[in-house]
This record gives sequence, structure tokens and C-alpha cells, in this order.
Amino acid sequence: MSANFTAFRALVRKDIALFLRDRRALVISVLTPILVAAFFGSLFAPVAGGNSMARMKVGVADLDQSALTQAVLESLTQDASLDVQVLPEDQATALVRSGKLRAAIVFPKGFEPAATGALLGIGQMPDVKLLYDPSQSMLRPMVAGLLSQHVMQRLSRPNFIGNSKPIPFNVDGIALTAGPRYNSYSHSFAGMSIQFILLMGIDAGIALLLMRQEGMWRRLRAAPLSRWLLLGSRVTGTTLIAMGILAVVYLVARLIFNVRIEGSLPGFALVAAAFALLAATTGLMIASIGGSVGATRAVATLLVLLLVMLGGAWVPSFLFPEWLQHVTEFVPTRWAVDGLDNTTWRGLPLEYGLKPAAILVGWSALFALIAVWRFSWEDD
Amino acid sequence: MNLSAERLQKKFGAITAVAEVSFSAAPGKILGLLGPNGAGKSTTISMLAGLTTPDSGCVKIDGATLRTGADPTKRKIGLVTQEIALLEELPARMNLEFFGGLYGLSGRALAIRIAAVLELTSLADRAGDPPNKFSGGMRRRLNIACALLHQPQILLLDEPTVGVDPQSRNAIFETIEVLAREGRTVIYTTHYMEEVERLCDRIVIVDHGRVLADDSLAGLLAGAPAGNKLTLKYDLPPDSAALAEIKELPGVIHVDIAGMELSVAATDLGTAAPRVLECLAARGFRCQELTSRRANLEDVFLALTGRTLRDT
Repeated sequence: MSANFTAFRALVRKDIALFLRDRRALVISVLTPILVAAFFGSLFAPVAGGNSMARMKVGVADLDQSALTQAVLESLTQDASLDVQVLPEDQATALVRSGKLRAAIVFPKGFEPAATGALLGIGQMPDVKLLYDPSQSMLRPMVAGLLSQHVMQRLSRPNFIGNSKPIPFNVDGIALTAGPRYNSYSHSFAGMSIQFILLMGIDAGIALLLMRQEGMWRRLRAAPLSRWLLLGSRVTGTTLIAMGILAVVYLVARLIFNVRIEGSLPGFALVAAAFALLAATTGLMIASIGGSVGATRAVATLLVLLLVMLGGAWVPSFLFPEWLQHVTEFVPTRWAVDGLDNTTWRGLPLEYGLKPAAILVGWSALFALIAVWRFSWEDD
Repeated sequence: MNLSAERLQKKFGAITAVAEVSFSAAPGKILGLLGPNGAGKSTTISMLAGLTTPDSGCVKIDGATLRTGADPTKRKIGLVTQEIALLEELPARMNLEFFGGLYGLSGRALAIRIAAVLELTSLADRAGDPPNKFSGGMRRRLNIACALLHQPQILLLDEPTVGVDPQSRNAIFETIEVLAREGRTVIYTTHYMEEVERLCDRIVIVDHGRVLADDSLAGLLAGAPAGNKLTLKYDLPPDSAALAEIKELPGVIHVDIAGMELSVAATDLGTAAPRVLECLAARGFRCQELTSRRANLEDVFLALTGRTLRDT
């Protein structure tokens, strides 16, 4: 066994031993992502026995009191996504205004004859008021769509329009994933693992600054070791720790939250390893360009928060505006989140892990080069 | 193994930390690098250990020039840093395994060396405890043990007794003396003159980055203007006429008075002391207390710089 390999192994083993001895670091690095991911996952988890999130509170004011509006009201009440309350118009308006109802539907007087006539091309279409909270404008098209669906279902029945043909389609919403079943915890575990492992990488960088302050770095440099070996062992140790954390977090996710690697297992492993490398090199780069420990920690925390936010760790990147989605292609964490999502709940094959992994390795190489370039070797 | 510093120079910006420093150290001998804080001792040690590249000059070990980085010559050097550089949370044995690993030691060879350095530093019974449970002296000893694992032929000790109690200090001195007797070249930096007087075969006095003197203790003291010091306390301060008379006595070099205390520097105490006492008694001054001592490195440093080591 060569002396250099023995030294390399000693340095890596030292980093891992120190990490395992530090109970606080262990708890923060392993338990925190699990807890936070469990919280976010539960927010978006399907309600037991249903197929939706919490039912939407909607008011209905029926000024027509016709057979049609009563039938539509019955349909709306039976809709699993809605929690319908029948109210006078002024009360419905007040409740929407105060935010206690998401929306309210007001059927005008004479709705039934006007609607059936309009369907046959006679007369003008009636106006149905849809009152909604402007802070939740995304709900407006959803409620309008449900209303149209229920009205058309009722209008198409023979007792309303004789023998005319029913509307020849139903709106049938289908969620599309390649995996057998979406698990809301999958994305939150990917996002939170990335956030907290990046923070661990920063801590490893800060530890390097502390080593310099406390004289340990001088001691290491007194040994006949090259800068590549010293920094390389540091990156290797942190990478292995990050991979260990990912493994434990995903094991808990699998056992407790049923998060499965529905896609390629090698693809998942590649993305995990590449991201672990990215966390290690990010920490090293921060240590190489940082000044005091306090200032470096503050700047690094800000950087990590930006990276995880833009990477889609908190909110999936497909919800970003289109221009921002293009911008985040230049954010390495975006590829880490996408890579983990692809190989877990999306159930995609190896090639969907390969590209993110390759991009993460590229970013890691860039960060490592900056670290070696900027690292001050003799300034202890 | 011979180590020589040849016209070492190092600047940090506009400040010259080390200027044209040259000396050499021989196997089996302890060379003391003595100087006040900020004299350039640690920068010199950094260059001797291959941590810092000199702006000019070089360090040679048995004729081979030492480089920074992965220079294999560094295997011959053991560095004990001024800061205690230990993994505080890991047991002493794991610390030793780590530092041994840095020099390529593993397996049985490493285990043998760990046992040897634990024995040498009297820490064998505490090998399973982490340094953060140790006293200051024990941590210093472990710090030294970590530098000895790879059996370096040259040992550089940068103020290794800072913050250590007298008992631990003596234990460290004994360890260093054993290492020197085994044939190692030892360079010991300190600003405590008592330490170099006790330990060192040869002393290099540095100040403001320059070598002021380089000799054995006896050689340095022989070169001091006064070999002895006499201190006398009187009930009244001696007057100027008495001081003038004392200055003229044979063997007296320098007279100084501070309050009731008279200091007399003399080449020969046996000749000067009775005459000083007689002179003052004749003038009616009654001596309350008398002490004498030989000149020391403090006096040498004072003579060389006009300042005391403790003042700087």
C-alpha cells in the first residue's frame, strides 16, 4: 500500500470519524431533512378515502329555484372536491369577501328557461355570477369548469331538452406519471435532502477554515502531502458523508413514507453520488474564497438558500414562470432535484438520471477548480 | 542529520519577518532559537518545516534543499506547532493513528510506533481518552507524541511549553533530552531564557528577524559585559558621591539605583562585593539585604538590544 494512499485513507477516515462523533451534526444532517420533508409531504398527501386535497368551500345562491338549478346543486354537492353551502346572495358575497369561502356561484332568476333555450339556439345565454377571492385566482377556472360540467350533465338529460343529443364528452382529469402511483413525499424528500446536505457541505468548508485558525492545517502541511491529496481527501470524505446521509434519509423515506425508487436504481445512485460530490466541492469552494468564519457562514447560508429555492427544492420548478425555468437550468441544484424526481416518483429509466448526474459532475469540477485556484496555501 | 538555514528571508507585505537568518544544527544537539514575541521565530520554523517558501535563501537537510508541498525530505522532520493541533473529540490513540497515517504508517508498524510514543510521553494509560479530557500538560505531550510517530531525525519544537505547569514542563524537557541523546537534531524556539539555559547546547538569539548572537550558553555569557550582578538594599538611598566612588572601584562595570535598591554589575564578584560594602559603610549607609547572581541570557539580550526579553 503506497504511503500516499495510506495518508489519503487516514484523512478521509478522520473526517468521517469526526462527523460521526458530532451528535449535533448527525441530528441536523439526518433527522432534520426527514422531519421537514415529512411535513411538506403531508401537506400535499392525498386525503384518506378521497382523491383530492382538502375540499374547496364554495357557496351557491339560487335565485332561480328551478328544477334545473336544484339538480345542478345536487350534483355540485355530490362532487368530492367541493364543500357546497347554499346561501342567500348577500351572505355568499360577504363570506367570499372575508375569505371564508373560496368562491360563490349565483344562479340568476330565470336561469333554467334561458339556459335550455340557449342550448337550442333560442334566446340569449343567462349570466351566472362567479364570485371569487382575487388572492386565489387559480381557483376561478377550476370552479367555472366544475360548474360547466355539472350544468351540462343536467341539461343533457331528456327531461330538460327532450330527445336532443347529450354533450358527447365528459371532462375526465387524469394525472400523468410514469410511476405506478404518485407519492407526495417523494419530491419533498428530494428537496429537503438537497437543502440539508448542501448545508452539511458548507459546514465541512467552515471546518476547514477553523482548521487553519487552530493550527491543524499547518500540521497537515508539514507532512509530505500534495495539495491535491489534501483537498482531494477532504472532498472524498465529505462526499462519502453526504452519500451516507442520503442513504439513511431515503431508507427512512422508504420504510415510513413508502417513497420508492420507481425508476432506475443505478440512475438514482449516480444522481445521489454526483450531488454528494457537488455538496463537497461547494463547501471547499466556499472555504477557499471565504474570509472570517462568521462572514463566510453568513454568505454561504444565503448561497445555499438561493440554490435550493431556484433548484425547485421547496416548490417544484415546473411551477416557476417560463423564463425562470430557463434560468434555473444554470442552477446545479435544479438538476439534482430533477434527477432524484426522475428516478423516484416519475419512474424514468437510466438516461433520465445520467444527464443530471453528468451536469452535476461538471459543476463539481468547476467548483473544485475554483477552490484549488483560490486556496491560499501558505497564509495560515 | 544536519539542518542548515542559509540566508533565509521572508517579507509579509512591507514587513520583514525574517532577514538574512543563517544557522546550522547538528545531530544529537539541541539548538535554541531565543527571541521575544514577534522576533521571527515562528516564521523561521515555518520555513525550516517546509510550510513557507522563503523569499530568498534556503533550508538544507544533509545538503538537500527543502521544498514546500509533497517534498519527501519532509519525512525526516517532525513539527510540534505552537498551537495544540489535535482532534479534540477523538481518543488519543485515534489521533496517533491519524498522524501516523499521514506519514504512510499503517498496521503493525503503526501500532508499534504508537506504543513507543505513548510510553515516551507517559500517556499509555490515557490512550483511550480524548484530548479534551486531558490537562494542558498532557495535551502538549500528546502534541509532541504526534510529531514523533514517523521517527523524524529532525525535530522542530515551536514554543512547546506555552501554558504548561512546571511539572509537565519538566516532563517535556526530559522527553526532548531523551530524543537528543538518541541522535536527533532538535530545534527549540522559546521566549523563556530559562528553557534554553536548561536545554540547549547552542543558542541563536533573534530579534526583529535578525540573528543577534549564535553561540553556546557559556560562550554567550562569556561575551556578556558583566559576569555577575550584586543587588543591595539600604535604609536610605546612596547619594551621588557614593555612586561615583563605587563606579571607580576595581571590577565594577555598571551601577544603577532604583529607590533604595542598588544594582552593581561586576566582572569579579569576590573582589567587587567587599569593596562596595566597605565604601557605603564608610559613608554611613547600612545594608539591609544583599543578593548576588551570575549573569544570564537576559543580561546578554539586554546588552545586545538595550531591552529585556520580558519587556518586548
